[in-house]
Formats: sequence, structure tokens, C-alpha cells
Amino acid sequence: MSAQTMTPEAEADARAVTWHLAEEEDHDHGGGGATLLGFWIYLMTDALLFGAVFSVFGVLSTAYAGGPIPREIFDLPLVAVNTALLLLSSITYGFGMLQMEAGRTRGVQAWLLATFVLGAAFVGVEIYEFSHLIAEGAGPGRSAFLSSFFGLVGLHGLHVTVGLIWIATMVAQVSIHGLNVDNKRRLLCLSLFWHFLDIIWIGVFTFVYLFGVTR
Amino acid sequence: MASSNGNRDAELHSHGDTHGHGSYRDYIVGFLLSVALTSVPFWLVMTGTLSTAATLGTISVLAVIQIIVHVRFFLHIDTRGEGGWTLISFIFTAIIVVITIGGSIWAMYQMNTNMMPTSVENMTDMP
Amino acid sequence: MSDNSLAKTIFGRLTWESFPVHEPILLATFIVVMLLGAGLVGVVTKYRLWGWLWREWFTTVDHKKIGIMYIILAIIMLLRGFADALMMRAHQAIAFGDNPGFLPAHHYDQIFTAHGTIMIFFVAIPLVSGLINFVMPLQIGARDVAFPFLNSLSFWLTVAAALLTMVSLFVGEFARTGWLNYAPLSGLAYSPDTGVDYYLWSMQLAGLGTTLSGVNMVATILKMRAPGMTMMKMPVFCWTAFCSQILSIVIFPALTAAFTLLLLDRYIGTNFFTNELGGSPMMYWNLVWIWGHPEVYVLILPVFGIYSEITATFCGKRLFGYTSMVYATLVILIMSYLVWLHHFFTMGAGPSVNSFFGIASMAIAIPTGAKIFNWLFTMYKGNIRFEVPMMWVVAFIITFVIGGLTGVLLAIPPADFVLHNSLWLVTHFHNTIIGGVVFGLFAGMVYWFPKAFGFKLDPWWGKVAFWGWVAGFWIAWMPLYIPGLYGVTRRVNHFYDPSLQPWFIVAALGAVVILIGILGFVMSIVMGWVRRDQLRDTTGDPWNGRTLEWSTSSPPPAYNFAFTPVVHELDAWYDMKDRGYQRPADGYRPVHMPRNTGTGVILSGLGLVFGFAMVWYMWWLAAIAFVALLVVAIGHTFNYNRDYFIPADEVARIEGERQRLATSVVGA
Repeated sequence: MSAQTMTPEAEADARAVTWHLAEEEDHDHGGGGATLLGFWIYLMTDALLFGAVFSVFGVLSTAYAGGPIPREIFDLPLVAVNTALLLLSSITYGFGMLQMEAGRTRGVQAWLLATFVLGAAFVGVEIYEFSHLIAEGAGPGRSAFLSSFFGLVGLHGLHVTVGLIWIATMVAQVSIHGLNVDNKRRLLCLSLFWHFLDIIWIGVFTFVYLFGVTR
Repeated sequence: MASSNGNRDAELHSHGDTHGHGSYRDYIVGFLLSVALTSVPFWLVMTGTLSTAATLGTISVLAVIQIIVHVRFFLHIDTRGEGGWTLISFIFTAIIVVITIGGSIWAMYQMNTNMMPTSVENMTDMP
Repeated sequence: MSDNSLAKTIFGRLTWESFPVHEPILLATFIVVMLLGAGLVGVVTKYRLWGWLWREWFTTVDHKKIGIMYIILAIIMLLRGFADALMMRAHQAIAFGDNPGFLPAHHYDQIFTAHGTIMIFFVAIPLVSGLINFVMPLQIGARDVAFPFLNSLSFWLTVAAALLTMVSLFVGEFARTGWLNYAPLSGLAYSPDTGVDYYLWSMQLAGLGTTLSGVNMVATILKMRAPGMTMMKMPVFCWTAFCSQILSIVIFPALTAAFTLLLLDRYIGTNFFTNELGGSPMMYWNLVWIWGHPEVYVLILPVFGIYSEITATFCGKRLFGYTSMVYATLVILIMSYLVWLHHFFTMGAGPSVNSFFGIASMAIAIPTGAKIFNWLFTMYKGNIRFEVPMMWVVAFIITFVIGGLTGVLLAIPPADFVLHNSLWLVTHFHNTIIGGVVFGLFAGMVYWFPKAFGFKLDPWWGKVAFWGWVAGFWIAWMPLYIPGLYGVTRRVNHFYDPSLQPWFIVAALGAVVILIGILGFVMSIVMGWVRRDQLRDTTGDPWNGRTLEWSTSSPPPAYNFAFTPVVHELDAWYDMKDRGYQRPADGYRPVHMPRNTGTGVILSGLGLVFGFAMVWYMWWLAAIAFVALLVVAIGHTFNYNRDYFIPADEVARIEGERQRLATSVVGA
């Protein structure tokens, strides 16, 4: 736009207004600034995915089709063990984050590995539970109730498995690059993810297992 | 990052810092609360101390409380994170999840009731 | 014997019969596509453009280029989707009484399924995504979106999804179940062939792309606005984009869940949506419409934003009622999530459920009405310039309002029991989608084309396109409300009642007029390019705009803004012009930019292979593709070298060029 003729007052006014930053921000392409919020937003969509699958479970949870009912197939002590494993893994990850705050690479690696072991045990127990059920004829195809059980618990287990792959990747990346900015950001995102999965599990053990056995 | 020429640069920068990782205390308190909030429901269900309805109601409430414990002590979500957007998006998501699950169960339950009557009388007496 | 089982292991259920060599229409289409494809490849090879294509387009993470590519994809798919429409209209005009028409039901069903799927997922969504991608970062004074690589990945996933759908034309068949692929018809028992699988895998790829894109846009708007641009000083297009994308990421998980569970039913024999063993097909409908209803608001909200920007610019006035526009948008966002059951009132949920959703559906018309009044009040006593974008706005207001009203009738459950799945319904949604979304997307394309390419579209051909579309739409669709009211049903490929034929003949004529509109639009691009010197935009602000994108050159440099602008008022660019803003001529600093990457293309290509392999039960290929996906995705994260700096003197050179162009035209 070419300048129109301005009164001296208007010219002074125009000069006095800040139109540009004196120093460039390092927001730039949002790498550092937006990643955590972006990942949190993604996690919210994941919560909605679980919400949809929970609603399917809610609708189909009594569709036994003459097949096995929850009381017959749910092993509550085993579920309690699994819940404990996952909860402990949340704590070990949390301790890992505190080590990261303190800049201790070895500490981070140690707690990451502990989390991995607990998480892998969780998945292992679930695989054991699933294969046991399938062997007994209570597989996902037996009834809509079982389909939604396997679907919901399986979806959660799949997420935990992805988390395990991510933990392994972080162990590798931290050992190569140490606790640089990118790795710290990634560990923060993984922290959100891992705790989120424990929150989903609260819903699962309450509304799938405990509800199922009680009603 | 504020510039030294006080040209209102400082207030023009907005950061929305998210660093809130709590402390050992947060994780220990959260852990102990979670253990309690998990053990009680399991115990209630496995011993059958309360009636069915009371059991279901109680464990639901305890589950919600434990979720809040995790959100507060493990995720460190508060009103400050990301200029408040973390909390807003969390609450918004929770509302949507409730609408999705509640609305679906309500509509499908109504449909099943109306569309699967057990006798001719029930057909004519449909709500 | 072992030959057979070896072939089955390698090729799954793909056989020679999967190729439709006996279908003349498909064969002819295939030959044309191959010739065009060969021609394109030939031209690119002859002029040695492969390197340029890879460097500048396939691997770009620049939001402007990605936006342009989304729109190119959408326009190509519009041609395919419209070809489906022409075939249906031609067939329905003649298929009466003894005349079976030229499309047997088997094909007709695939055509209406493909038409709807393509128009929504590969035309409307990419066009909206493309415009938001191009415009929004410029309007908020940012250099790019929050996650440029994710942006590239989202686009290429959409391309992979579109390709997977297009492949179904020539290898196997597409779904015959309607664009939402209802259970139980889409279950294995009733649709065992490849059609539904093509649909589902294609949709999963597209859904992933759209969800990631939505996260990107929301994070960008929240975190990357220029200093001083509070939420309430943000252009209204960005508000509508923001609400639309929030809605988008909220709903796509529901669709993903529905499709995943249906895939489980089809692949491993679960019973989510089957008729046996306790399955509930209506639960599929429930989930799909939890997605489906808000989806139409995902499409219309950004378009409402486009109308707001264009109205304000071409009436030379600030938009009337900015605050009420924002609140209306937020209200629509929330309410759109409370009405989904109106798509299946007839399911039989009973009066309490139906009345809740019916009342909510009627109420949602109110905030939209508020917006219409705001546009009218903006126009009132404005200095209106009826250039092509403004013409689209006026046509929209008249056309869309009718579509909205017919929707309110459908919201009344007893009325819906008559009108559900009738032509009234079909006309209603074409009325709102064409009269609302499509008109707005054309308005937006004409409005922002000069910003993207540096010259305006040819206005005469733009008016041909406009009149073709508007007249064509009114002729093709408005009369069909009447047979709909009489109970004529959708998706019927043959009628016995000859009194209905005139309606379908008129509809077919209307479709031809729309074709003129489409050709007019293509010509406006061609002639715009031919006459680009006369139509050149030298200043960057060809329409006397009010928002920040018009402060950049046309097209903008890769980095958008040499200096991040500081915003003081709503309509920031108008404020800058009003207060005598002068562009700085020196003091340039190096600009931080993200590197290009081919990972988006590669991952999407692997996704395409994976989808194809799953459709045809080629398990070994699916396994390889899946592992490759993991390896490439994880491998990509080991690359920490993702950015670079444009040196200050390069920035100075680019800005100098721009200044020379702006002042080169006499009387600029």
C-alpha cells in the first residue's frame, strides 16, 4: 500500500505503534512450544476413541448369547495383580521424570527400564488371560459381550504395547543423544501417554471386571 | 526473551509454560491414594458386603475419584498449564465422553425395550 | 492343487476375475485413465520435472503448498464424484417401466456409494482442509502450522486413501452399501466381497489423516497467533476453523471405532454389529452418526467463516456482530454434538429419546440464523462490490436458508417417519452441502486464488461457473423436494410409476447445467493463467482486504512474514493500513524453517500397500507393509536434523523483489 498523505499527528501516531517484534521469538514452527499441547490434544482424541469403544461395551455388555458370563470367566485376583503392575509402572515412570528434571541420564534409563518390565508383565498377563479364555471357548467370536470385552481390553493392551515400543525407542535415543531438548520433550509426551493409559485402566477394571462380576 | 527496549515486547510474548512435574511427595501420595481407591472396590466386590446397587454406585464414584487423583498427582494438570487450555480440553473431553456413553446407552436401551417386546400385550402397551 | 494354494497364498483372493474386463464403462474409463496417466508421466519426464516435483511438492512441509495440493486433490476427485452423479442422473431419467436403464443394480449401488464417499471424504474435507491450511497461518501471522511434518503426513494419507478407493474401480469392486456403509448389510454375511473392505481401509487411512490434521490446526491456533492477537482479535475465519477442527478431532475417533469394530467383525468373526450372538447393528448406526452429524458442521463452519471474510471485504465494512458470530459458532459446536439421533428417528427408540433429539435439532437452526442476520446487517449500507466471491455469498444466503428450513421439518420426528430416506432428505442435504459448503468453497477459492498464485482467476469464466452452478443446482435439486414429500425413496435404480419421470428428467438437465458450471471453473483457471499478466496481483492486496494474509506478497514467500507482525485490533491489516503502516526495508534477520521430508509420502505409500493387501487377504504383503511402516516411522524419529535457517540476505533479496513488483505498476 502506498502511503496516503498524513497529518503530522497521524504520522507520529503511526511511528509510535509497534508493528513488529524487536527480537524474534523462538516459537517459530512451534516445535518446542506447541508439541506438548498438541500431544495432549491427540491424547484427548484417544480418550474419545476409548469413549466410543466403552459405549459399545456399555450397550453390549449383557449380550451373553447364552454363552459365558463375567462371573464365570473373570479372575479378579489376576486383574488385581495386573492393576498393581500398571499402577507401579506409573510410579516408576514418574520417578524417571524426576531424574530427568535433575539431569541424571542413568537414573532416567533405569526407571524407564523398570517401567518397561512392569508394562511388559502387564501385557504378558493379558495375553495369558486372553489365550486361556479362547482355549475355553470364550473367545471374541462367541458373543457380543465377549467381542466387546476383547475389543476394549485388547485396545488398551495394544496401546500399552505401543507404549512399550516407545519406551524402548526412548532408551535408545537417550543413550545416543542424552537428555537434549528433543528427548526431554519426548519423555514428557510419553509420560502423558503412560499415565493416561493407567487412567483408562481404572475405567476398565471398574466398569468391565468389577461391574461384570457384580451385576 | 524479553527485549531491553521497553516497547511492550514483554507483555506481547506469551508462553504458557507447562513445566510442573511435581515431586516425590506427589507421586507417593498419589500412589497411596490409588492403592486405597483400588483395594476398596475390589474388596467390596469380592466380599459382596453391600447390595448390588450400592456396590455399583460406590465403585463408580471411587473410580472417578481415582481418575482425579491420577490427573492431579501424576499428570499435574492444573489451571496454569498451557494458559489453561490443558484443563479446558480435558473437561471438554470428559463431557463429550459422558454424552457419548450416556446418550448411546440411553438410546440403545430404549430401542431394545421398544423393539423387543416379550408378548403381544407388551407390544400394545409400549411406552 | 498345490498350484492353487500357492496362488492363494501369494494373491489372497485376487484372481483374474477381479479385473472387470467385461464391463464396457469401466474398460473405457481404465483406458482413458491410462492414457491420461501416461501423458502426464510423459510430460513430466520430458521436461525433467521429477526432481522438482519431489523437492518442491512431494516432500514439502510448507502449509501453503500442502493447502494447494489438498485443493488439487479435491478438484480431481470432484470430477470423479460428479461423473458418478451424471451417470446416476442419466440412468434415473430413463429407467422407468420396461426400460431397465443402463446400470444394473449391482453397479448402481456402487456408484451411489462411491459418489457419497468421494464427495464427502475426498472433495469436501480436503477442500476445507486445504483452505484452512493455506489461509489460517497467514491470518494469524504465523510462519507455518505447529507441526509441519504431521501436516505433510496428513495430506499424503488422504491421497493414499483416495487412491485405494480409485483402485477399486479397476481391481475388484467397491462397496454397495451407501456412503456410510451400514451394518448389518456391510457385515461379512451380506457383503463378503472386497467392496466393503476397500471402503473401510480407505476410510481408516483418511480418518487418520484428518484427525492428525485437526490436532495440528487446533494447536496452531492456540499456540502460534501473532503477539497481540488475543482470541477475540482473531479473524472470524480462524474462529470457525478452530471450532470446526475441534469438532473434527472429537468425532473422528467415533468413526474410527465403528469402522475398526466392523473390520474385526469381518476379519476375525467378532459379533459387534452382526444379527447373531447378541450383536447390535443399530449400535453401528449410533456411532457412525455420532460422527456423521457433527461432520456436516465441520464442513459448514469454516465456510461460514469464508462468507464472513468475503462479506466484510466486499462491503467495505467491518463484519457486523463479530462477538455474536463467535458465540454462535461455539453454540453450534456444542449443539451439533447433541442431535445425532435425528438420523435414525425411525430406529424405534421411542418418544422420550426422539423428542429430546428432535427439539435439539430444531434449536440448532437458531445460531445459524443469527449468522445470516449478521451477514445481512454487514451488507446493509455497505459499499457492495459484486465481484465473483460476493456473488457466491448472495447465492448462498438465498439457497442455504431453504435447505436449513427443510432440515427443521425433518427434525420433527413424526414428519421424519414419512420423510426419512426420501428424496426430501436427499434434496435437503444436497441443498445445504451444495448451497452452503460448495458455494462457499468456490467463493473461498476465487477470493484466495490471487494470494496463492499471484493472479486472479478470469472473472468472466468465474461468472459462467457461478451461473452454471447456481442455476444448475436450482434446476437439478429444488423440484425434487416435491416427489420427496410424496414419498419417493432414495437409492432406487428403477421406477414403475411414469408420472415420476418428468422430475428425474428435469434433474438430469440440471446436472448438465452444473457440468457447465464445473467446466466454467476449470476454464476460469486456464484463462486466468493465460491472461495472468492482465490479472496480476502486484500489491498482495487485490481486494482491499482486512486481514493479515493480505499484508504478504502474492504468493507469499516461504517464510510468510519477514517480521512477525504485532496485532492491536481486530481486522489487523485494515488497522495497519488505516494507521499508515510502512513496511520495513531493512533489518532483516535469518528465518528458522523446517526441512522438507519424504517420510510422509513413504509412510502413506506403505499405508496404501497395507490397505490393498488387507482387502485382498494377502497376509504376507500386509505383514511386510506393517513392519515397514513401524520401521520407517520409528526410524524417522531418529533424525534430529529437522530444520535450517534462511540467511538474512536471502530474506532481504526476496523482500526487495517484492517491493520492486509492488511499485513497478504505475499508480499502484
